[in-house]
Amino acid sequence: MGIYSCLGSNLAEVKNSLYTGKSGIGIDPIRTEMGYSSALTGILPEPNLKKLLKRRMRIGMGQESRYAYMATAEALKVAGIDDAFLDNNIIGLLYGNDSTAQSVIEGIDKLRAVKDTALVGSGSIFKSMNSTITMNLSTIFRLKGINFTISAACASGSHSIGLGYMFIKQGLQSMVVCGGAQEVNAQAMGSFDGLGAFSLQMDDPTKASKPFDVNRDGLVPSGGGATIILESYESAVARGATILAEVIGYGFSSNGLHISQPSVEGPARSLKMALDQANVAASEIDYINAHATSTPLGDKHEAMAIGSIFGGDNCPYVSSTKSMTGHECWMAGASEIVYSLLMMQDSFIAPNINLENVAEEAKPLNLAKTTIDHKIDTFLSNSFGFGGTNSSLIVRKFK
Amino acid sequence: MEKVKIIEITNRFLIDEFEVEPDEIILENNFHKTLDLDSLDYVDLVVVIQSNFGFKLTADDFKGVDTFNEFYNMIETHLHKFTKENAS
Repeated sequence: MGIYSCLGSNLAEVKNSLYTGKSGIGIDPIRTEMGYSSALTGILPEPNLKKLLKRRMRIGMGQESRYAYMATAEALKVAGIDDAFLDNNIIGLLYGNDSTAQSVIEGIDKLRAVKDTALVGSGSIFKSMNSTITMNLSTIFRLKGINFTISAACASGSHSIGLGYMFIKQGLQSMVVCGGAQEVNAQAMGSFDGLGAFSLQMDDPTKASKPFDVNRDGLVPSGGGATIILESYESAVARGATILAEVIGYGFSSNGLHISQPSVEGPARSLKMALDQANVAASEIDYINAHATSTPLGDKHEAMAIGSIFGGDNCPYVSSTKSMTGHECWMAGASEIVYSLLMMQDSFIAPNINLENVAEEAKPLNLAKTTIDHKIDTFLSNSFGFGGTNSSLIVRKFK
Repeated sequence: MEKVKIIEITNRFLIDEFEVEPDEIILENNFHKTLDLDSLDYVDLVVVIQSNFGFKLTADDFKGVDTFNEFYNMIETHLHKFTKENAS
């Protein structure tokens, strides 16, 4: 696995942030100038790929692809996959992404300025397409298997892992690079801000995202890149890989209701399906990484969905790492698997920071307000998106 | 514009935009092989030449251009033509 987020630029930095409950949220003044209601955002450095990739490799990469590259390069390294392995094996690529706003706007602005399509440059088209990440990563890493982008709003990253799991389970691929990435810039989030969905608590940015708290007032947009290398057991054993964990359940559903308003029934079906697919009882789940984005309605409905299946005396620990990261949108479903795996590796539950007064509907949940040293054998991660797309993944420690 | 100035401007964007090593830019060297150009790179060459010199080339203009010197000469020819047309 690999990660590039507002909690750190690699696995070690991110693990430390998760354990210490460090927020990655700050203020982007440009957003205020542009007319945003909220200038809150995840803050992360721009990757410098000039020394890592040749010009031709870089020229079709927008911000989300650069984040995805950083995460994927780390993931391949950590997984022990070298150039020779990439060249001699059929490896798939399924990656979540649902916008290229900055690149599209820059391309159109250039065209308006020069009034000649031949003067826009060769990179613009490859940066602007929604499949920009998969077209770039497959080229850079010479991947020769399944290759497409999953666009499923804020569940994109989670569905990419679920689909990778299905491709391997079906025997169609022995290894798939999965993940999700999200651009972080003022062009990408204006229309979302216009819905009034973002937190306005800008006085102390690190305290703005407070999932499940009574005083939550909206999400904080964020992003980066997160990559998971999925492979069959046979493939992992054959190459002597260190197996971190196994995906054992993928549940999904569609609300079939409103385009933006959440539901209880849809996510509950996704959760139940993941448990059924994994063939595990609710009591076997040690930790739930909630989707909870810090919106009043979304958190309420998710708390009710989780509570309907896990609520009671044996409720597993629940936390939303979005309290620290903000909402990493298209990336979130993949990054939260990485975050949970890091917790699993070091036996701790990352805190749901900024949770001072638990909302009534979340009281049946066993929320981790502070870091808890606790062994995780099996965790569940939820991701829900606009249009009512839901994905739940269950991951178990490999023994 | 003097040819020496054309070469200076051209070399600057070849180094900055196309990441050519300065010591590889030799008049007799093959321009296409040194820059390791593919079909997409010619699109970007057209863009960078237009932004630096003001005229727009087409893919056909690169035919017959093998060395750096021929590349500079091609730019010089087009620039003089462009300057003349815009002066009249």
